[in-house]
Amino acid sequence: MTATTNSGSNGAPAISVDHLVKTFGEVEAVKGVDFQVAPGEVFGFLGPNGAGKTTTINMLCTLVKPTSGSATVAGHDVVSERDDVRRHIGLVFQDPTLDVYLTAAQNLNLHAELYGIQRDLVEPRARQVLTMVGLWERKDTAVGTFSGGMRRRLEIARGLMHSPRVLFLDEPTIGLDPQTRRSIWSYIAELKQREEITIFMTTHYMDEAEWCDRIAIMDHGEIVALDSPATLKESVGTDRVMIHTEDNDRATAELLERFGIEAKEVEGAVAFGVPGGEEFVPRLFSELDVPIRSISVSRPTLDDVFMSYTGTTIRDAEEDAGKNRNRMMMRAAGRAPR
Amino acid sequence: MSVATTPQPTAVDHEVVEVRVPPRSLSSEFRAARIMWRRDLVRFANDRVRIVSTLIQPLLFLFVLGAGLQTISKAGTHGVNLKTFIYPGILCLSVMFTAMFAAASIVWDREFGFLREMMVAPVSRASIVVGKCLGGATVACSQGVILILLGPLVGVPYSITLILGIFALQLLLAFTVTAFGVMIAVRIKQMQSFFGVMQMIVMPMYFLSGALFPVAGLPVWLAILNRIDPLTYAVDPMRRLVFSHLNISPLARHALAPGVNWWTFHVPALLEAGVIVSLGLVMLGIAIWEFSRTE
Repeated sequence: MTATTNSGSNGAPAISVDHLVKTFGEVEAVKGVDFQVAPGEVFGFLGPNGAGKTTTINMLCTLVKPTSGSATVAGHDVVSERDDVRRHIGLVFQDPTLDVYLTAAQNLNLHAELYGIQRDLVEPRARQVLTMVGLWERKDTAVGTFSGGMRRRLEIARGLMHSPRVLFLDEPTIGLDPQTRRSIWSYIAELKQREEITIFMTTHYMDEAEWCDRIAIMDHGEIVALDSPATLKESVGTDRVMIHTEDNDRATAELLERFGIEAKEVEGAVAFGVPGGEEFVPRLFSELDVPIRSISVSRPTLDDVFMSYTGTTIRDAEEDAGKNRNRMMMRAAGRAPR
Repeated sequence: MSVATTPQPTAVDHEVVEVRVPPRSLSSEFRAARIMWRRDLVRFANDRVRIVSTLIQPLLFLFVLGAGLQTISKAGTHGVNLKTFIYPGILCLSVMFTAMFAAASIVWDREFGFLREMMVAPVSRASIVVGKCLGGATVACSQGVILILLGPLVGVPYSITLILGIFALQLLLAFTVTAFGVMIAVRIKQMQSFFGVMQMIVMPMYFLSGALFPVAGLPVWLAILNRIDPLTYAVDPMRRLVFSHLNISPLARHALAPGVNWWTFHVPALLEAGVIVSLGLVMLGIAIWEFSRTE
């Protein structure tokens, strides 16, 4: 952790979480998480839907009271100093929270009034944040006519309107087209450069988590891994090798026999993990009897990291979570499937 | 302060405008309430359909209903135009409907997510509810003002005391009904349910209130329900005010605007207004309490 001076509160962490728990009835949504986020850091929460990311974010931004444990954001306790926390955080939710009958500028102005921003700074600040997300020229257009991407950009602008010390982004790019996703990431990068701000975000897009300084992988209400994306990927320890061969079954058998490697057939290719994949390639060519038609070696992705810590892919985890949720809802409605 | 002069998506060539969110204070609460109030006005001003319907609805009630009923009720109105008689009732109805619609926007805000923006702001929920109620009341008042202007068309003269009196009464009513609407709306998640509840409550309240009939000499059961109905205490003083400005026989006045009594006690108009205000404040209190508990 590098940045220490820019939060204004003597280098204390921007977010500090101590054994935070939230239960809803019998369901333990968050099972005691601990972590700290340094000022100026971009910190990501990665995990499938239903892993407890949103519940954690809601506790940190004072929308949900923790069942037990404690947390401070921008130096203030999220339970006992709720208003102080709220003054210093900006929020962009998964679901839209704009007034679609008002214009972009009116939405920002409303926000400024609710937050009590000094009057003569409202206009210049609105101009700055709208310019940043490329909506300055549309400021007098009713939000109802905006596309999904424009609305999300406006929400980000609004979240920044009061110069928050910590910006919470809950799935900021969900449901957006790739181009808009990219532009949202470029705003975040720009923001990081220009303002002294800590960004806390959740995502279930693996490729986006790469942008974070550090990520915490969350599964079933627990943090299973926490580090920089690079370190996490190194920790997997193996590169992913895929070979297309004349006879996949024989290749698989030979790999096990000669190298002790367990390979799997994936989409017509033989796939396996091995440390130092690039050095392994020459050995493979000289020692494998089955002719190899093509080969590819790739560094572990965060998908592999997720897989190695949770034993499942994020997509499967999501399906499971979906099923569990349905089952819970049906039980709540008193018609559990027997 | 230097700000970008050429709007470009990623202009980095200017200083960052840094703002501060001050700690909560009376003036910040006031600002929050005021912006909630203004939001309702801006939205009303942007909504042409609503403005037109605001204009047309009272005309419809007053002239169509009044003219229609006039033909069968001539004998019983002692020469007073029926439209004049139901004028206060129509005014209250219009105000009530508009106020309920204004309150409904809380349900709307929940459905469209905007409620969340209000919930996370560093201001007290009370300020938001108060601003909301005042906003609804102001919009509803615009309806009342139109009807006040139309007064002479139905035999209600222009007079300073009359206009001020009616305006004050309808303002109180508008505020109380909005508070009532907000109190209900906070608990309701869907627009359809809100309108269901509204129909169930507003229509009986209206029919029992004496908006369309004099409140003396009623059957006992109806008299009891009438005295319980809060709307009675808005319609009655307004009607008494209108009738005190009409040049009619004492007999007609006694028959058509007899005033409300509790057993033998003749309730003064000011006390009636007091009933509306107190109810409004109680419901405002409940609305604030409910709103503060919502997560």
